[in-house]
Amino acid sequence: MKSLTKTAIACAVSLAAFNAFAETQITIATVNNGHMIEMQKLSPEFEKQYPDIKLKWVTLEEGVLRQNVTQDIANGSGLYDVMTIGMYEAPIWGERGWLEPVDTSGDYDVEDILPSIRGGLSYNGTMYAAPFYGESSMVMYRKDLAEKAGVTIGDRDSWEHIRDAAAAMNDPENGVYGICLRGKAGWGDNMAFLSAMANSFGARWFDMDWKPQLTSDEWKNAVNFYVDLLNKYGPPGASGNSFNENLALFNEGKCGMWIDATIAASFVTDPKQSKVADKVGFAQSPYAVTEKGANWLWSWALGIPAATKNAEAAQTFVRWATSKEYIKLVADHNGWGAVPTGTRTSTYENPEFTKAAVFADAELKAINSANPNDSTLQPSPYVGVQFAAIPEFQAIGTTTGQMVSGALAGSLPVDKALESANRSADRQMRQAGYY
Amino acid sequence: MTLTQQRKLKTILVGLASWTVALLLFFPIFWMFITSFKTELQAISVPPQLFFEPTFENFSLVQERSDYLKHAWNSVVTSFGATILALIIAIPAAYSMAFFPGKKTKDILLWMLSTKMLPAVGVLVPIYILSRDYGLLDSKLGLVIIFTLMNLPIIVWMLFSYFKDLPKEILEAARMDGATPWDEMIKVVLPLSVGGIASTGLLSIVLCWNEAFWSLNLTASEAAPLTAMIASYSSPEGLFWAKLSAASTLACAPIVIFGWFCQKQLVQGLTFGAVK
Repeated sequence: MKSLTKTAIACAVSLAAFNAFAETQITIATVNNGHMIEMQKLSPEFEKQYPDIKLKWVTLEEGVLRQNVTQDIANGSGLYDVMTIGMYEAPIWGERGWLEPVDTSGDYDVEDILPSIRGGLSYNGTMYAAPFYGESSMVMYRKDLAEKAGVTIGDRDSWEHIRDAAAAMNDPENGVYGICLRGKAGWGDNMAFLSAMANSFGARWFDMDWKPQLTSDEWKNAVNFYVDLLNKYGPPGASGNSFNENLALFNEGKCGMWIDATIAASFVTDPKQSKVADKVGFAQSPYAVTEKGANWLWSWALGIPAATKNAEAAQTFVRWATSKEYIKLVADHNGWGAVPTGTRTSTYENPEFTKAAVFADAELKAINSANPNDSTLQPSPYVGVQFAAIPEFQAIGTTTGQMVSGALAGSLPVDKALESANRSADRQMRQAGYY
Repeated sequence: MTLTQQRKLKTILVGLASWTVALLLFFPIFWMFITSFKTELQAISVPPQLFFEPTFENFSLVQERSDYLKHAWNSVVTSFGATILALIIAIPAAYSMAFFPGKKTKDILLWMLSTKMLPAVGVLVPIYILSRDYGLLDSKLGLVIIFTLMNLPIIVWMLFSYFKDLPKEILEAARMDGATPWDEMIKVVLPLSVGGIASTGLLSIVLCWNEAFWSLNLTASEAAPLTAMIASYSSPEGLFWAKLSAASTLACAPIVIFGWFCQKQLVQGLTFGAVK
């Protein structure tokens, strides 16, 4: 009897010990962006802090990530426990109950997150994804070229002023083009830029009855201005350029100005990858008739699919990766110039950060001035600055992007391109039952 | 110009054309290889740099970030597994169609080939849901099954063409000696077709190794082969050409070396239907 009791106790102890060391493994899907890769590198620190949680990483190309996580989440496959999603997906998926709300209790300090970013990742006041880094858009320009051409570039210049400055800096014989802008077709490529530009011309994607407005005078003015500007003072083959192509051109010293994501600021000022690192100035995006929605707002965020079996461990990881402590951890390893930005007020209040990041002020100003809930001059029914957060937008935005890219390449007139895009958008909205 | 001179000129022209085509085909691989030794700034520079100080930084970064051996192992298992499975199914199928053709054999062969005309994305959702329900998502077995189905029509066609070229008299002689159809296949047809089966298998391995669509859609962390590793180096915000080239070079290397050793069989496999 005694030996039986001993055996039972031994079994119970080993079972308890096994449970104590039972590991939860969570799979994280992410994109290949510098900040994300850094998070992957620092993940041993998380595993040290939480030894019962093991992390598995799946890094995917952006388009593939979007497709994979959409498939995973829509089919409830539960392949991923944490996924990197954007500001476009968070409210749509939150509304459908595909995502777990982010646990913002305790010492997470949700109030520290920049209000516009928090708003963009929420649906009905509940935050469905935690921002890992955020961005807006702004003007990056070559101070030396501007000085040589005798032009000044400041915050919220008019588009006419930007055009004149581009004309003055344009010197194609020496391989310098006045302005580089996105031209490659895609809702997240040329249309991200062009939507913000069109907002400042007074345009909107849909009226209050969800009818597409692409044939409005405001859209025509904006797109005609854009096509004319890029054709006269842009690099050749601009209709194939997006963020990376323009980054390469700017870093090679071939662009007088570039209007794009604020995250680019850290690349163009990095002497390791930019030939013009010490010659770059920053300014707020230009406007035409209104400053509303003139610069976009985006965030790469971490969301937890509702189908996950490891929700608790996933919450622990998401809270860690989007915390103030994580930002400090990155700073300790790589310096304050390399921390993920655009998420927390405390980052911008840190004097060490503002000293290390020359673009900090311009970036914060741009992010704070973007309001996804009020981004158009005339009233609109959708949330989002450079997109409308409805499931149909991806297809509508990409079709419009293809038409505009075609107009930029000269294969069809702007008015015709917008008419075709509007017809296609109208068909999709009708089929989706909006009217 | 004499006849000999004309012949010489023809030989030179044909040689020149062959070299031009070969260089054109080889150039992208060569460029990928040298880009993998550049920095990101050198990789994007215009005009492109041919001479530069090489760096191994990209390779060490790829090693640091990705578990290359795991991805490579997944590629080996899925490519070889799918090829063996496909050969086991295709050999009897091709044998029966080549030596015992029925009225509908040609139709069946054409129907099999027609399945290759359907764009893969057309069946993505049903296959994804089936994989989920049978627990095959992110598993090597799932990929082996998909790769097998994907290559089966080509393998059957290639083996069918090869078997059809075998002289029927040999089989008749075997039959006279009392061989059953099974004996004929195992003891006569297979030993005579080793070359054809080997080259068909090699082609199947290469096709499986390079497959990206299903690998990207049906795997995550456990079963992802090298093609998924390459895709992970493309970045929406940031320069990535040099790192992507290093990842591609590492992913191509095993199959290029493998192909180098087996090129005789490969060429034979690709041309044996062409000389009839």
